[in-house]
Amino acid sequence: MMLLIKNAKIVNSDGIDDRIKDILIQDGKIVKIGENLKSDGADIIDAKGKFVSPGFIDLHAHFRQPGQEYKETIETGSAAAAKGGFTSVFCMPNTKPPIDNIALVDFIIREGKRVGLVNVYPVGAITKGQQDEELTDMFEMRRAGCLMLSDDGKSVHNSHLMRMALQYSQMVGILISEHCEDPLLSKTGVVNEGYFSTLLGMKGDPAVSETTIISRDIELAHYLDCRIHFAHVSTKRSVELIRRAKTDGVKVSAEACPHHFSLTEKEIRSFNTNLKVKPPLRSEEDVAEIKRGLKDGTIDCIATDHAPHSQEEKELDFDQAPSGMIGLETAFGLGITELVDAKILTLPQLIDKMSASPAKITGLSAKGKIAEGMDADLTVFDSEAPWQVKAAGFASKSKNSPFIGKTLKGLVLATICGGNVVYNVE
Amino acid sequence: MVEWNKRHLLDVEELTKEEIQQVLDTAKSFKEVSSRDVKKVPALRGKTVVMLFFEPSTRTRTSFELAAKRLSADTINIAVSSSSMSKGETILDTARNVEAMNVDAIVVRHGSSGVPQILANNLKSSIINAGDGCRSHPTQALLDMFTIKEKLGKLEGIKVGIVGDIMHSRVARSNVVGLTKMGVEVTVCGPSTLIPFGIEKLGAKVCYSVEEVIKRSDVLMLLRIQKERQKENYFPSIREYAMEFGVNAERLKKGKKELLIMHPGPMNRGIEISSDVADGPQSLILEQVTNGVAVRMAVLYLALGAKE
Repeated sequence: MMLLIKNAKIVNSDGIDDRIKDILIQDGKIVKIGENLKSDGADIIDAKGKFVSPGFIDLHAHFRQPGQEYKETIETGSAAAAKGGFTSVFCMPNTKPPIDNIALVDFIIREGKRVGLVNVYPVGAITKGQQDEELTDMFEMRRAGCLMLSDDGKSVHNSHLMRMALQYSQMVGILISEHCEDPLLSKTGVVNEGYFSTLLGMKGDPAVSETTIISRDIELAHYLDCRIHFAHVSTKRSVELIRRAKTDGVKVSAEACPHHFSLTEKEIRSFNTNLKVKPPLRSEEDVAEIKRGLKDGTIDCIATDHAPHSQEEKELDFDQAPSGMIGLETAFGLGITELVDAKILTLPQLIDKMSASPAKITGLSAKGKIAEGMDADLTVFDSEAPWQVKAAGFASKSKNSPFIGKTLKGLVLATICGGNVVYNVE
Repeated sequence: MVEWNKRHLLDVEELTKEEIQQVLDTAKSFKEVSSRDVKKVPALRGKTVVMLFFEPSTRTRTSFELAAKRLSADTINIAVSSSSMSKGETILDTARNVEAMNVDAIVVRHGSSGVPQILANNLKSSIINAGDGCRSHPTQALLDMFTIKEKLGKLEGIKVGIVGDIMHSRVARSNVVGLTKMGVEVTVCGPSTLIPFGIEKLGAKVCYSVEEVIKRSDVLMLLRIQKERQKENYFPSIREYAMEFGVNAERLKKGKKELLIMHPGPMNRGIEISSDVADGPQSLILEQVTNGVAVRMAVLYLALGAKE
């Protein structure tokens, strides 16, 4: 099985190739890159005038399977990922039941392979049942193919348990991604605590709920000389704390979500429940600092926190509706529109945040770069094409996006995963 | 042999290499006593040795008691948890009362590190540490050294792996200190959460792979894994511990044929050690117990005869 991509403008995290090239793919690997390549019998994709980048890698998505298949499945989630240009997705373990044992890890991997669109990596729970009481069998989950652990949806609140988790996971060789939220501070907050929560009479979730856990975890990682990854960083102070930690040599990495660099709490005035998300949309100052963090490297990567919910659930009132929005299919458009067009990042830097950097964080050494010998996970896109976000256009089973109706720039045209064309706009 | 000048045995750390050698040599001559028909010598006739145990113990207490009796000393056991401590008496008061009955040596075990030292600071009797907290269990380390030396003919250059809950183990600490002092290369192994900070400074190497340790060792010392540690979140489950760090016959195939297996007891069969290993030809576990009596005879004999 061979595939030849003709006339590609290759963009990697280190720059745009100054020559138009062809990419020959065989058995899921990039075997040759050069000008005017020929191959008899290979399928051909003509990328004339388009960019080809390494496939995007999302360290944070919810595919809801098992247990909440009415929101999303591995099959529909994979289709949404492919449509958004993603070739690898890490799915969070807050399923029902949570992914906290070898059997479920194995199920997610097998189902991802059966669907066969993108690489689906299960994120295992840090604690059994995500109950903040006992560690999961990390060695066993690692052997089954689990590369990352998280109790996403909540933090590990018990500090001793978090310490043990960091030490133990470091030995196992598995990365911990922390959802930073102190439940005693967030309480029942639904929007960022501040002027807008007061104005709108809504329960506030304070920024300090995020930063107390980030501070604690930075201290633990520093004390133990362990790695930690911070999920969906959303506040100015969080970025400052992580920047300082990196200066101090603490082994931290961080992700930010498109909605946290694209939207502010002001939007909440519409009471559109698709804007309800954890952590909540923050202030303009926070958004500016997230962008600064992306630019200066404090924030390593962009992750979607793709969180599908059904229409009925999002039609509840703001207090009752579940938190989260879908993100796989709008992430790249928001990256181009909000970051590249706004001169926050160059195109190669965006590709770094969406592919090379997440590959490096999770140790996917054959991904995140277009080079001979690497996995043939590629995204073909037009960085200039405008397109309108439409509910009917989503491949995801859920449509809970606050970006519906908006026009974005940057359109994914085709996605190739393991040498197979898994999405093609035509 | 030089004249012994230490009335107490509180920790391995306070012993020089030569003194450890002297204990082992003395134990060697006493070992023969226990194999006689009449298992008694009059070395400590007229002396009184009290076993003052603040923690339950079968093996160590019995071993000390037999050691004292085979040296003709009078012995008495006090299991303190069941008597005066429950009435609010301090440790020192309990020990002073015991000493007031003119005893010569107090063999003490306590769950809190440093209690033998506190007694030694305040009493005139010889204090022998039978295990304090997570700190020290000197006679266990000495009997382990005796057993290894008896089997392999030397200690210098031998490679010993200690596997288990290193953090909460007084046996591990005493062995790391004692064995390295004798020129043994010690590697500790266990979940990273159970390896205490700074153990490298005590002279031990650290390795998280039990199979690596099996490959490189001449002697493998397995420690009891306490189920309570799982409840304290030091590791995910007993099952995962057994799978990752438990030693069974299959795993032993990765090591030398003559790799020796030791365990200070009591064992959790099927967790840190499988029965086929515990009862197998490489196991020295019961020899450790036999040698324990000889080593404790040597310790009591030397301490009670010490010239300060």
